[in-house]
Amino acid sequence: MTEKAAPPSPAGGITMRSAEIAIALIVFGLGALVVYDSVRLGWRWGIEGPQAGYFPFYIGLVICISSAVILAQALRGRSHPRGEIFVEWQALRQVLSVLLPAALYVFAIQMIGLYVASALYIAGFMIWLGKYGWMKSALLGLAVSALAFVTFEVWFQVPLHKGAYDPLAFLGY
Amino acid sequence: MEDITALFQGFAIALTPFNLMLMFIGVSLSVIIGVLPGLGGANGIAILLPLTFTMPPTSAIIMLSCIYWGALFGGAITSILFNIPGEPWSVATTFDGYPMAQQGRAGEALTAAFTSSFIGALVAVIMITFLAPLVARFALQFGPPEFFAVYFLTFCSFIGMGKEPPFKIVAAMMLGFALAAVGIDTVTGQLRLIFGWYELMRGFDFLIAVIGLFGIGEILLSMEEGLSFQGRSAKINLKIVLETWKKLPHYWATSVRSCLIGCWMGITPGGATPASFMSYGVAKRVSKDGQKFGTGQLEGVVAPETAAHAAGTSALLPMLSLGIPGSPTAAVLLGGLLIWGLQPGPLLFVEQKDFVWGLIASMYLGNIAGLIIVLTCVPLFAAILRVPFSIIAPIIVVICAIGAYTVHHAMLDIWWMLLFGVAGYAFKKLAYPLAPLVLALVLGDRAEDAFRQSMIMAQGDMRIFFSNWLVGSIMGLASVLLFWPLFSRLKARARKGAPAPR
Repeated sequence: MTEKAAPPSPAGGITMRSAEIAIALIVFGLGALVVYDSVRLGWRWGIEGPQAGYFPFYIGLVICISSAVILAQALRGRSHPRGEIFVEWQALRQVLSVLLPAALYVFAIQMIGLYVASALYIAGFMIWLGKYGWMKSALLGLAVSALAFVTFEVWFQVPLHKGAYDPLAFLGY
Repeated sequence: MEDITALFQGFAIALTPFNLMLMFIGVSLSVIIGVLPGLGGANGIAILLPLTFTMPPTSAIIMLSCIYWGALFGGAITSILFNIPGEPWSVATTFDGYPMAQQGRAGEALTAAFTSSFIGALVAVIMITFLAPLVARFALQFGPPEFFAVYFLTFCSFIGMGKEPPFKIVAAMMLGFALAAVGIDTVTGQLRLIFGWYELMRGFDFLIAVIGLFGIGEILLSMEEGLSFQGRSAKINLKIVLETWKKLPHYWATSVRSCLIGCWMGITPGGATPASFMSYGVAKRVSKDGQKFGTGQLEGVVAPETAAHAAGTSALLPMLSLGIPGSPTAAVLLGGLLIWGLQPGPLLFVEQKDFVWGLIASMYLGNIAGLIIVLTCVPLFAAILRVPFSIIAPIIVVICAIGAYTVHHAMLDIWWMLLFGVAGYAFKKLAYPLAPLVLALVLGDRAEDAFRQSMIMAQGDMRIFFSNWLVGSIMGLASVLLFWPLFSRLKARARKGAPAPR
């Protein structure tokens, strides 16, 4: 979310100011969406009482007002000392090195199911970021997946996502 | 007296071998989840909640309350051994707990922490036992305006007592309300805020938000700091426990004071964290060893832990008797009760007597089970903490994904969890508070219902919220809290204007 408005700053990172502005704008946008849909639903007094948009309309309005104040404070540079860093590039790289694989992992769950994706994800994470050996990583990934399988499918009988292409279909669960 | 009989019936229900086993499993699982970085109390309950879906209701409730205890106990372990507060209210425990661990007195600090937690929680449970039925009986005469006033008070106290910038508290809270409004309108049945995307019809489940905001968000935050665990090893055996127990009665005054602070602050929402700081501060000022606080004083562990747990437990009082949770963790527990078709609130004490007293009884028992487990298994839990982050991080993400999926068996929820994670990361760094957001998401629909019913009763006349002394005084108190940041700013400005005495 924050990566969008990230002008390069001399101190080497996203500044607090631009992060504040970006988030305030996003929050304002969400508030505006709420107001928009509430007006569509009717935000006034209907025949039998308040219409469906009556309550959300004011909620949306308050979101817009408060985010506008936060935005104004950030623009005037009142909320943080000048040049204070929200996240340094190095730290951002670290965060993305977790976030992007996590996004890939969620996509993998959708495609090949939770168990296979989890084993691959854990093993991959350990090899790539933890610099562990192949054997150890693969074993741990498999172990966690197997444990999850036994706990959820077999023991508690809570089925987990099998994915669009279920590679474990042969297990019959 | 009738209540006491009911309580003993509750004990009888809770004390079956199967339920005892569940207690121990619940506490252990949740301590483990509590000590894992990023998976705190609210999160732990959110993830473990689906496991109880296939159990008989009483057992499920017992397990839930034990999960709650485990989460409360777990925070102290990380604070003392690793200087990483597992929960916001464990922050004050690190001040003296970690120095003690550095001096090789980790066992002593842990014993003191667990015992104080136990005592704080016990006092709060006793208070709940006697006070909750009274509050519930009183609240039976509440109508929609009174309920809305109490909701309003809950949310205003976040603004009045929060440390974050007030507009950010409002923004976060209102986002929670907006998220709660997504889906089918409970009154008119219309679809709201889904913009033609029918998968959104179910609305946003707060469990998904909790897992994302707290779990994934916390992982992203820890990753940034490139967490290097420098844990102290903890030796804890019967001798250390007994020796510490011998010292503890020495601090009885601190305990009593901390219990009072905790119980009082716990009933008002968001109380556990300020309670722990306040209690630590007061103990520091009052104690004759006050100067030595921060260098590893036993009293400095006793004070915040007692207060935090008294507060964490008292948070269940408004949750049970009014249906208004005092903390995010209590909110998740409330969500669990709702899933079981139990609507917390004053009527619960009339309609589901067995359940209420079963729960309160299991709170007593769970607290004892928790104390036994944490005292005996600390080395095991500490070992989990020494697992390198590059192994534990992906496992936590997997646990979160499983937790998010099992809530509704919806793939989309895992994506939302990820998005909430990013939002949680950004919000935390920018001091947008997450607790009011979660609480608003939980209470949104009911606050809205109360508001609309009041409006229908009064034909849209806002004056209904000041129509009698009860609702009027609640609303008045809420308004004071709402404008409190403004007052304190004006006061600070006035003081600045006057010549500063030197």
